[in-house]
Amino acid sequence: MLTRLREMHSPLAWGLVAGAGLLIAALPALGLPEYLVPQFGKFLCFGIAALAMDLVWGYAGILSLGHGLFFALGGYSMGMYLMRSIAGEGVYRSQLPDFMVFLDWKQLPWYWNGFQSFGFAAVMSLVVPGALAFVFGWFAFRSRIRGVYFSIVTQALTYAATLLFFQNATGFGGNNGLTDFKRILGAPLHDPTTRKTLYLVSAIALLATYFVCRFVVTSRLGRVLTAVRDGELKTRFCGYESTHYKVFVWTLSAMLCGLAGALYVPQVGIINPSEMQPSNSIEMAIWVAVGGRGTLLGAVLGAWLVAGGKSWLTAAIPSAWLYALGALFVIVTLFLPRGIVGLGPKLRPVFDTVVARLRRPVKAT
Amino acid sequence: MSTARTKTLLAALGGSVLMVLSPAAHAGPLDDAVDGLAASSEDAIIVNVGRLAALDDPRAIPALSALCDDRLRAGTDGHAYIFDSKTRDVKHPVTGAVIASPPRPLKEVETSNDIRRVALPVLAQLQLASPDTAVRLGAAEELSKTGSAEAGTLLHRALSREQNAGVRDVLSQAVARVDLASNSRDARLAALAIVEKTASDAFLSELQRMTAKGGNGTAVETDPEVHAAAMRALDAVKSRQRLIAFGGSLMHGLSLASVLLFVALGLAITFGLLGVINMAHGEMLMLGAYSTYTVQTLFHNYLPGAQQFYLLAAIPVAFLATGGVGVVMERSVIRHLYGRPLETLLATWGISLVLIQTIRLIFGAQNVSVANPDWLAGGTLIAQGLVLPWSRIAVVGFVVLVAAGVWFILQRTRLGLQVRAVTQNRAMASCLGVPTRRVDALVFGLGSGIAGLGGVALSQLGNVGPEMGQSYIIDAFMVVVLGGVGRLAGAVAAALGLGVINKLIEPAAGAVLGKIVVLVFIILFIQRRPQGLFAQRGRVEA
Repeated sequence: MLTRLREMHSPLAWGLVAGAGLLIAALPALGLPEYLVPQFGKFLCFGIAALAMDLVWGYAGILSLGHGLFFALGGYSMGMYLMRSIAGEGVYRSQLPDFMVFLDWKQLPWYWNGFQSFGFAAVMSLVVPGALAFVFGWFAFRSRIRGVYFSIVTQALTYAATLLFFQNATGFGGNNGLTDFKRILGAPLHDPTTRKTLYLVSAIALLATYFVCRFVVTSRLGRVLTAVRDGELKTRFCGYESTHYKVFVWTLSAMLCGLAGALYVPQVGIINPSEMQPSNSIEMAIWVAVGGRGTLLGAVLGAWLVAGGKSWLTAAIPSAWLYALGALFVIVTLFLPRGIVGLGPKLRPVFDTVVARLRRPVKAT
Repeated sequence: MSTARTKTLLAALGGSVLMVLSPAAHAGPLDDAVDGLAASSEDAIIVNVGRLAALDDPRAIPALSALCDDRLRAGTDGHAYIFDSKTRDVKHPVTGAVIASPPRPLKEVETSNDIRRVALPVLAQLQLASPDTAVRLGAAEELSKTGSAEAGTLLHRALSREQNAGVRDVLSQAVARVDLASNSRDARLAALAIVEKTASDAFLSELQRMTAKGGNGTAVETDPEVHAAAMRALDAVKSRQRLIAFGGSLMHGLSLASVLLFVALGLAITFGLLGVINMAHGEMLMLGAYSTYTVQTLFHNYLPGAQQFYLLAAIPVAFLATGGVGVVMERSVIRHLYGRPLETLLATWGISLVLIQTIRLIFGAQNVSVANPDWLAGGTLIAQGLVLPWSRIAVVGFVVLVAAGVWFILQRTRLGLQVRAVTQNRAMASCLGVPTRRVDALVFGLGSGIAGLGGVALSQLGNVGPEMGQSYIIDAFMVVVLGGVGRLAGAVAAALGLGVINKLIEPAAGAVLGKIVVLVFIILFIQRRPQGLFAQRGRVEA
């Protein structure tokens, strides 16, 4: 066990990760303003999604343009629980969610069964994205769809799903999605304590996800994945069935994304189809690209930087955000192929020369 | 219409001559009756309308229609005159001759709605006897709308003496419409036979009423034979409707296929040549459409006389503008990313965001309106209820031209030869002196330019807005995936297939389900043929 941990990180690195985790978890206690707690909680969820994205893209070379779908599916699962927990308290005092009353539905559709239980919803927020990813991935990888083809097909998948969820008849509230949540497990969502708890749970989930991802990428399976990324044919010729590895990591990634979505929804209080629009999925890719593909910490860092930048810029100069995002896509791919974390080794020689210069005694002129 | 007046009219229809209120001293009963239209009392006018009906002389048509349109005037001499509001001439009500010095002041004849209600069927009756075919047609349609019993008699009479086949069709339909509500069982049966034959959907609501169940569970139509005939007629109408809907979907599918083909042609070439997915390709469509809008505005401001021809000018402008943007993109960004297709995908996505936002800042986030020039407005009627708009025909024709042009460039020009060489083996082509970099830039420009042409076409079909490209790009990618990369024939076949299938599924399953069905179909299809419909022969790509 201990050796496995050491394989995953050096003791120093483990210390740093643990320290950072503690710091994040303790932020609300250290005086993070109350209104920012859900905002930061949201960023933690983005961090989880970025890790999931990095797992498939950074380590297995599969660029998904459909992870927003898995995120949203997790979110919808949790949203359905939150919706059912307020049955009878809507505008129409009906046991059905308001939007169903509005559509003149008399009973819940069958797929809403079971979601009155939190446990069921929590499991479903992992199972639904996982199952979809498994089926889709199985068919796609089996027929050797890869590279840009795969990206495009995942984008088409999210696009179709977005259209489906936009429909009222699908039974997920159409455009408006699910909202007006009141409480989770009996605790009012607007209560500061609930918010802090959700934040804390997100922080723990982020650390756990990091741990899982680190475990996977440092395992033998992770090596095979990297080999598939760098030369799929060669790996196949060595006797590894690349399809199985890819399906596994793809499904795992989708489930982690679902987890992120499930934690995201109670903190922002709404889930609607715009969450699964193709553009959102591509934004996830840029988080990872900015931070640095193939570095788990970089992915989290990238997610926070980009999402933070978005929050700030859309408030400060709304029209500039798309320019900034567009420029980010171009600049990062052109000049920072390894992301911010990749800058470290590059800057090292520069840093060293500067240090050396400084150390050299200044000659009197 | 009050019952008293109806009775007056019917009496007049029967030919009984009532007292003549008109003080006119013209020769002939027609002139008398026409002058009577300018009488001062409403009842007198109605009586004279009845006399005209009895006379059944088409020469009274101008006077009657003038009465209904408030153009009839009463002169001080007691005669009626027609006032032409356009030329401000005063005319004789029967001969139509311009009268140089009418007995002014002319008093306008006040036409009440009661008068109109009596006069309009009479007008239609006279028009049914008019020697002019178009007038007879119009009257038959007008009469069938009223659906009264008198109209039925009139129509039957007109039908029995009509010679012209086209007018007979309309008349028999009009008769059928009136007879469907007839009390006579045989009349209803005969009418239903006509309805079943024509299957016009104008009868749909009437048939549905006849076949419907009443409040107490019994059918509205009590006679079982008539009921069965009505059911048959309803089926005929519905199956004709389905046929027309099918034709409409097919047509929409074709035009969707054309737009997809515009986008996919460029994508197929650039993807085949450079192995690069250009996510900003849909925005080229958008830029092309906005170029059209700009050209339209410029023509409107500076060349209003040639406004009709702005579209022709927009074609080269859109091609050059979008092609230029494509070349700049290739030179500045994409060139540095060759061999890294996933990064190119992200970078071009970034470019698409910048393009959308730029257009939004310049032209606003709202859709702009691009008008069809007159020569593309309207359409041709293929069958009743199915109009084929000229704009859609033009778009299909345009894409055929462009596809042929692309084929020509690729197969018959030096650039095309170089493109094909680079696509097959870049290193070898380079060794043989093909300027691969220039070819890359030119092809990228060409692909973008074609998408720009697609934008011109799309501006004639739908809305022009900053995000219009996004809705087509995913479908276009599907076309490329399905058709096989870098294959023109594949792109054409796949675009046609996807466009038409999409629109054919849509009415049955809804737009969304249609998209999902198509997506599932593509995924399953790729299982069987990973290289697309028209796989490139030769070495399989590693």
